[in-house]
Amino acid sequence: MVEVGLFIPCYVDQFYPRVGLSTVELLERQGVKVDFPQEQTCCGQPMANSGCFSEAAPLARKFLSVFSRYQYVVCPSGSCASMVRNHYRNLLPDSSELDEMRGKVYELCEFLHDVLKVQPRGRFPHRVGLHQSCHGLRELRLGAGSERRISGFDKIRDLLSGLEGLELVQLARPDDCCGFGGTFAVYEEAISCAMGKDRIADHERAGAEIIAGADMSCLMHLSGLLQRQKKPIRVMHVAELLEEATA
Amino acid sequence: MSSTRALRQAASGTAETSRPAAREQAPTGAGATRSRPHEHAHKAAAFVANDARLHWHDQAIWFLRGKRDRVSSAVPDWEQLRSAGEQIKAHTLSRLAEYLEQFERNAIQLGARVHWAKDAEEHNRIVHGLLAERGVQRVVKSKSMLTEECHLNPYLEERGIEVVDTDLGERIVQLRREPPSHIVMPAVHLKKEEIGELFHQQLGSEEGLSDPKVLTEIARQHLRQKFLAAQATISGVNFAIAETGGFVVCTNEGNADLGTSLPPLHIACMGVEKVVPRLKDLAVFLRLLARSATGQPITSYTSHFLGPRRGAELHVVIVDHGRSGILRREEYRRSLHCIRCGACMNTCPVYRRSGGHSYGVTVPGPIGSVLAPHINPAAHSSLPFASTLCGSCSDVCPVKVDLHHQLLVWRGELGRAGLLPLSKRVASKLGGWILARTWAYRFFGRLGRWLLARVPRAVIYNRWNAWGRQRELPAPPRESFREIYRRRRGQ
Repeated sequence: MVEVGLFIPCYVDQFYPRVGLSTVELLERQGVKVDFPQEQTCCGQPMANSGCFSEAAPLARKFLSVFSRYQYVVCPSGSCASMVRNHYRNLLPDSSELDEMRGKVYELCEFLHDVLKVQPRGRFPHRVGLHQSCHGLRELRLGAGSERRISGFDKIRDLLSGLEGLELVQLARPDDCCGFGGTFAVYEEAISCAMGKDRIADHERAGAEIIAGADMSCLMHLSGLLQRQKKPIRVMHVAELLEEATA
Repeated sequence: MSSTRALRQAASGTAETSRPAAREQAPTGAGATRSRPHEHAHKAAAFVANDARLHWHDQAIWFLRGKRDRVSSAVPDWEQLRSAGEQIKAHTLSRLAEYLEQFERNAIQLGARVHWAKDAEEHNRIVHGLLAERGVQRVVKSKSMLTEECHLNPYLEERGIEVVDTDLGERIVQLRREPPSHIVMPAVHLKKEEIGELFHQQLGSEEGLSDPKVLTEIARQHLRQKFLAAQATISGVNFAIAETGGFVVCTNEGNADLGTSLPPLHIACMGVEKVVPRLKDLAVFLRLLARSATGQPITSYTSHFLGPRRGAELHVVIVDHGRSGILRREEYRRSLHCIRCGACMNTCPVYRRSGGHSYGVTVPGPIGSVLAPHINPAAHSSLPFASTLCGSCSDVCPVKVDLHHQLLVWRGELGRAGLLPLSKRVASKLGGWILARTWAYRFFGRLGRWLLARVPRAVIYNRWNAWGRQRELPAPPRESFREIYRRRRGQ
């Protein structure tokens, strides 16, 4: 039996419990034994991204002490998973525990696609714009990305491809950044919002009813803009979408 | 040769391995040591304020990214080409001193003279000395970001020498007395109507012109006189070839060729990182450069210079200006791979929406943001934060500079050097303290959600709430995920 330590990003824990619950549901439906260790807090990315490595390092150590005991660690966020896999080395240059962790921490879609190798079947009759979150795309390589000249692959699209009625709309810029960027969202507020509005406009022009993505942080930013502008498009985490479609 | 001692030490790691950022200060005048952590954000906000212009700029630059995508798709082995470029650069940097000395020997044999400058000041002194000794008063210069970096133009102008930039974009920004906003397209921030107005005022052309062909013809006529009157020419160097002692200059306008064909003195200025070992390495770099820069298969002119013209002098000035310091730092070394194509700017969603001038340095965008803090970390402390770390720059880079990773490393270094704004330091200290303690995280999480649900809107969306200026905060749920999970599992 596959055993997973569930790593729920702090802001998902506090603001988007449904995303966490959908994650549990999706994993358990596959017969995975899920455990959510209650000692977890945050991976430390907000501090590290702000340049405060000495404040982030204790959180990286805490993360390892909480999660090292699991066979796999799964997180419904590409950004937080990438923090552990790709950036903890900046914080813990000599940790051997980290070597092992880097090989077993997964973003949810990546875990479903690569480890469990599932092809979800179900129905989701909506026009969906897929927002490719940068860290999932370019740091975890969940997809080929528009910059590199390699044969295209896209793990999130693959997971959605078995859903009847779901139409993925064509975006003019398929993987331009939404402008969230962690603390960038407040320190460079003007650019951050300009980027977010442009991303929304692209989805609008393509006729999306829903913007779906695998990182709630990007969606929180886009949803904040959508709500303020009273636009009818809603955002949905891929975990929620899959859970609803395959129920 | 003693001039390459710093490079030898840097490459072999015999010099001190790392110097804290705060102590490396550049001589750029008053206020240079003052940290300016909000500089880019302020300038970017001003750029964003003009919504129509912002989108015009974003589209114009994105168009280049699109062209780059199309022509790079036509190269079947594009990713292998990038790897080859990366590996040649990494190899060259590992023996930089040897390759530079080989280049020097071969260049001298071809009849050129080679000069070594440890910084911008020495570079400017050498160039001025060469011009002054020969009584030169009028110089034409083809595009060279190195001379921009060294602020050569004002240095020569202060000493009574007229310098005319002959690249059209460079000439336009020179006439406007402003720095380039892009390293490949220096005037990309300007509309054709603005250039018509500039030419009307500065070159006496008709008022209200905006046809690019007409404007280009006016520039040609104007520049032709400058070419004919020039007593010397200054050019940059795209690639210096160690095994031949020759070098290559790439342009689209042929201005470097005209400039170097007429006057009897050619001074070519290059950073130490411009050397490549063999002539055949150009087969990699020339294929990468123009495709990445402007989406052309190759630049219109790729000119090889092998020693001086008959009856003329050729001088090559090899400049360090902080590069050996970068070479010494392993985590930043790959930024010296850069071939100055500008692809990272064209793809950068922040650059496209804030414009090159918002960076306040000669080389803007992601590569500029990793290079500038080496020269003066305090003055440029906002630049590593002028990015969402989306990583598009690293993937588009033809020589695989790990740009967004270096931006993150810089953030940590600026943090250690005490160059972060107080707000960030306090927030991180407080956040770090809370998040390191599960009970505190749970307590403050609940308290935060409780307050968010009850405090009047006007209080939450106050003037200091940058998030809430244009965005709603998420609606706080009654229970967090962990509370629901615990309840359901009966833990």
